[in-house]
Formats: sequence, C-alpha cells, structure tokens
Amino acid sequence: MDFGPYLFIASLEGAITAAVLALTAVGLSIVFGIMRVVNVAHGEFFMLGAVIAWWITSMVSSHPALGFVAALIIAPIVVGVLAMVCDYLVLRRINYDPERTIVATIGLLYVLQQTTLMTFGPEARPVEPPFNTRIALPWFEFGENGFALTWPWGLSTTTYKLAVIGAAVFILLVLWVIMSRTRMGLIMRATQLDSEMAQAHGIPVNKVYALIFGLGAGLAALGAVLVVPIQQAHYLMGGDPLLLSFIVVIIGGLGSVAGTIVAAILIGMSNGIISVFFTPTLAKIIATLLVAFVLVFRPQGLFGKPER
Amino acid sequence: MSGTTRNLILHLFVLAMLTALYFIVSEYHSGNLARIMVMAVYAMGYNLLFGYTGLLSLGHALFFASGMYGFGLAMEHLGASAAPAMLIGLISALIVSAVIGFLALRTSGVAFMIVTLMFAQAGYLTILLAGTYTRGDEGFVIKQADRVLGGIDLSQSDNRYFAALILFGICFLFIGWLVQTRFGKTLVAIRENPERARMLGYDIQRHKLLAIIISGTLSGVAGAAYALLFGYAGATFAMVEYSIYPLLWVLLGGAGTTIGPLIGTIFMTYLINITSEFTSAYMLVAGLILILLTLFAPHGLAGVLRKKLLPWLP
Repeated sequence: MDFGPYLFIASLEGAITAAVLALTAVGLSIVFGIMRVVNVAHGEFFMLGAVIAWWITSMVSSHPALGFVAALIIAPIVVGVLAMVCDYLVLRRINYDPERTIVATIGLLYVLQQTTLMTFGPEARPVEPPFNTRIALPWFEFGENGFALTWPWGLSTTTYKLAVIGAAVFILLVLWVIMSRTRMGLIMRATQLDSEMAQAHGIPVNKVYALIFGLGAGLAALGAVLVVPIQQAHYLMGGDPLLLSFIVVIIGGLGSVAGTIVAAILIGMSNGIISVFFTPTLAKIIATLLVAFVLVFRPQGLFGKPER
Repeated sequence: MSGTTRNLILHLFVLAMLTALYFIVSEYHSGNLARIMVMAVYAMGYNLLFGYTGLLSLGHALFFASGMYGFGLAMEHLGASAAPAMLIGLISALIVSAVIGFLALRTSGVAFMIVTLMFAQAGYLTILLAGTYTRGDEGFVIKQADRVLGGIDLSQSDNRYFAALILFGICFLFIGWLVQTRFGKTLVAIRENPERARMLGYDIQRHKLLAIIISGTLSGVAGAAYALLFGYAGATFAMVEYSIYPLLWVLLGGAGTTIGPLIGTIFMTYLINITSEFTSAYMLVAGLILILLTLFAPHGLAGVLRKKLLPWLP
C-alpha cells in the first residue's frame, strides 16, 4: 500500500479509538466535574461492561444481534447500579474527600479486577459483532487518464466499525440534550456550580452524586460494549482506557465536557496514527509526559480557561 | 525518662527483636524477613513524604526503579563492583527525585498525585523501550559472583539477612532521628497547616522538595539493595503496583509513625503470601484492605496503638 491509503486506514482506526474514548472519558469527566473526585476505578467499569457483554451474548444463543442489543442495554445499567452501590458504601462515607477517594478507588480497582479474574478467568474472550460486512474503500489517483478511483487491496473497513463511530456520536448528542435541555441536567449543573447552595434549594445532592457516579460508570461500560466485538473481553483491559481517559480529561481541561470530547478526538486519532508510524510504547511515553507537563505548566488544560 | 531516650530505646528494641528473630524462625521465614526489611526501607522513604509531609505520591516506583537500575546497569554494562554500583544507584535516585520533585511541586493535591503517577508510568515505559539494555519485562539476573560487598558474599542467606538488617537499622535510626529534628517538625507543621507554616516564615517549597529528595533517595537505596541482595532487576518493579504497595504498607502500618512502615510491610507481605496460596487473585486482599483502611482506620495499626495505648509513640 502507498503512504496515502495507509494513513487513511490509520485515521479510520484512530476514529474508532476516539469514539470509544470520548464515551469513556466523558464519563470520567462528568464525575470529576460535578463531584470533584477522581475515579481511578473507571477503567474497571469499562472492563466490567465488556465482560458482562460477553456473558450476555454467550447466554443468548439465537442471532448474535439479539444478544448484542440485550448487552447494549443491560451491561451499562448493571455497571451503573454497581457504581451507585460503591458510591453508597464507600465514597459517601468518606465525604468525597479528594485524596481519600483516590486511595479508596485504587482499592476498588483491585477488588473489581481481581473478582473478575476469579470468576471470568484470565482468558481473553471474543464477542461476535451483530453485523459485520466488509466494505472495500476507494482511493483516488491521478493517473494517465486523469482522476481515477481505485480499490487498493487491503484498504477496507467493516460496517460494524462505522456503526461504532455513529453510535458514539449519537450517545454523546443524547447526553448533551439531557445535560442542557432537561430538568435532570439542570439539577446536575446546579450541583456542579455550588453543591451547598443546591442542597439549600432542596436538591438531594447525595442522590445526584450517586446518579452521576452511576452515569459515569455506565458511559464507560457503554463504550466497552461497543468496542468489545473489535477488541475481546479480558480482565486487564481496563488499564489502557483508564490511562487514555485520564490523558484526555486533563488535556481537555478538568471537568469540561466539550474540552474532553475535542481532546478525545485529538488523542484518539493521534494515538492511532503515531502507533502506526512509531512503536506504541513511544506513543504512550509521549502521551503520559504530555499529561504530566500539561498539569505542571497549564493545569487548566490545553483548552480550558484559567481559574479565577 | 526523656522522650528522646524513650524513642531511642524503642528503636533499639525493635532492632534487637529483628536480630533475635533470625535465630528463632526457620530459613524460609528469615528469607521472607530479609525481603521485608528491604521493602520496609522503601516504605520508610515513602512514609517520610506521605506520613510526615502529607504529600501523597503515586509514583514512587520510579525512584525505587532508579536505584535498582542505577545499580544493576552499572554492574551489567560498566562492570562496576557492588560498592560503587550502590553509590551510582543512590545518586541516580537522588537526581531523578530532585527533577521530579522540582516539577511535581508546582502542583498540589490531586494534580500532584496524577503528575507523579504519569512520570512513573513514563519511566516504566522508558525501561521497556530501552529493552536492549534493561531486558524489559524479563529483567536481568545479577551474577552471584558479583554480589560481594567488602569481601562478604551477600547471596548467602545468613549474610543477606544481616546485610538487610544493617541497612534497615541505619535507615530506621536515621528516620527516627530526622523526625525529631527541627526539619522533621517543620515537615509535620507543613502537613498540618501549610498556610500557618508559611506565615511563620518557613520556606514550604524548599522543605517539600528536600522531603521528596530524601524520600526518593531512600526508596532508590531500597531498590539498589533489593537488586544486590536478591540478584534481580526487572521492569515489574517500576510498574504502578510498586507505587501502590508502599502506600498500602504505610497506610496499614500507620502513616506518620516510625515503626508503622515495618509493621505494615510485615502484615501485608504475609497476608499476600497466604492468600496467593489459595488464589491467583491475591491483589483482591490488597484492594479490600485499602478500602477498609480508608473507611475505618485512616491512621493504620500504629495509629490505633498510639491512640489507645501509647500516646508517646514516635
């Protein structure tokens, strides 16, 4: 393949990473934005989404699409409820103290991950996509006869991969409508601005916090269900999404949902492209150092405004 | 009896107990204890920063690995003998902690935790990237013939035990002394109320930086000693888990107490040993303990002891 088509394929793969990453990172971002806590166990909620999706699809033995749709609905809800239980049992009891929350969620990370290891096992397990038609992609060329379309060998994608991108965009739009147009969104934004004032106006802040924590975890699980037919479910798969979400949330500006989405696209695309042309390890080193230096020298994020 | 003498007696008593233990317990347990003492040095280094200065780092594995690889690479590629290699390990940890400290101290709170985590992650990945020299995840073995310090073969189990004990003893007494000095008291003042410490005229940033350097260097010494005594250096020691362990040990034993790190390391090591006999998911215990400690006993075992029985515990 020539360089052009090669880059095209790399950006397409990058777009899928970006789409899933946007969902996961927005989950982390709203939890941080509204509750002011960093959830280190976020990657494990992602992993649980994928594992539950495998579990549901392997139980529904008829058409793969049926099991997948069931997983798409059930997995995020189960994970969300589990997160709300964690919020009730742990986070609420330490009053959402930022540092103690990090230590507690590190503990939670190991509990979720190791429980999965004990029940689900150490193997990676595949999930069949609901539909998966291969589409050859055209590439343009300026040959002797002028402009021409060709179909280079190897330049192709699947309908499922395109559907993942579409689904992620749709979910993010729904989320945006909820946050900006509904009463529930209004309550959430009020809690974000000033939780004490919100409490004084009769908003049940504790319930809002539990709901937000569940919603954040549910979004991660949703991203995982979408990506699991491409990636396989494994008990250690939460590490990379956690790291990448961290990177995205910090670069996009802590707590800013719009910034998070822009950064997810940026990081997802460049991660895909850098990994193709350099080693993935080097790509990760650059990304982690970038986060560290952004936090040191520009704590409001690359797109955020400085705090007053 | 003055407070200082009482503390000295307590510290010497702990060391005497550890010496006596060698003659009582079986070889399997003395091997475990040698490892625990080296790791307790790491935990004490961590405790100085977390327990006394109040800075929670999630990247101490980087300092541990700097010492380990400074030592190991100097032996493997420069042909250095054990003593100069130890010094190189110590200096590399000192330089790395000074640089990281200088950068990370521009942030505070949650950002400090994430910055240290990210730097440590970048360090781990760099070790993997430089796999030609470091042998990456696989690591490398330090030859038995090279593990000799001052004519004493440290690969032998009894020599190893006492080498670990001496190292632990020096660091234990050093920390015990350091936290009694003006410097140590200032660190506690910064932990308790940074604004007030600043108002009283202390240079907070300089004190914090010094705390990170001492803490990181001690961690690096533990890393180098581990490679020397157990003959192995590998990238696993630079992973996130090894940044979490000292936090766990210190939280369990009691942050801000001199004997806390030792207690926590002993308990945790045996707890993990016992659980790993039953299941490969032994980190489950670590996770549960982290959650339970944050919920119910944020001051750890020594903290409970200090509150209930011995209010003078250093």
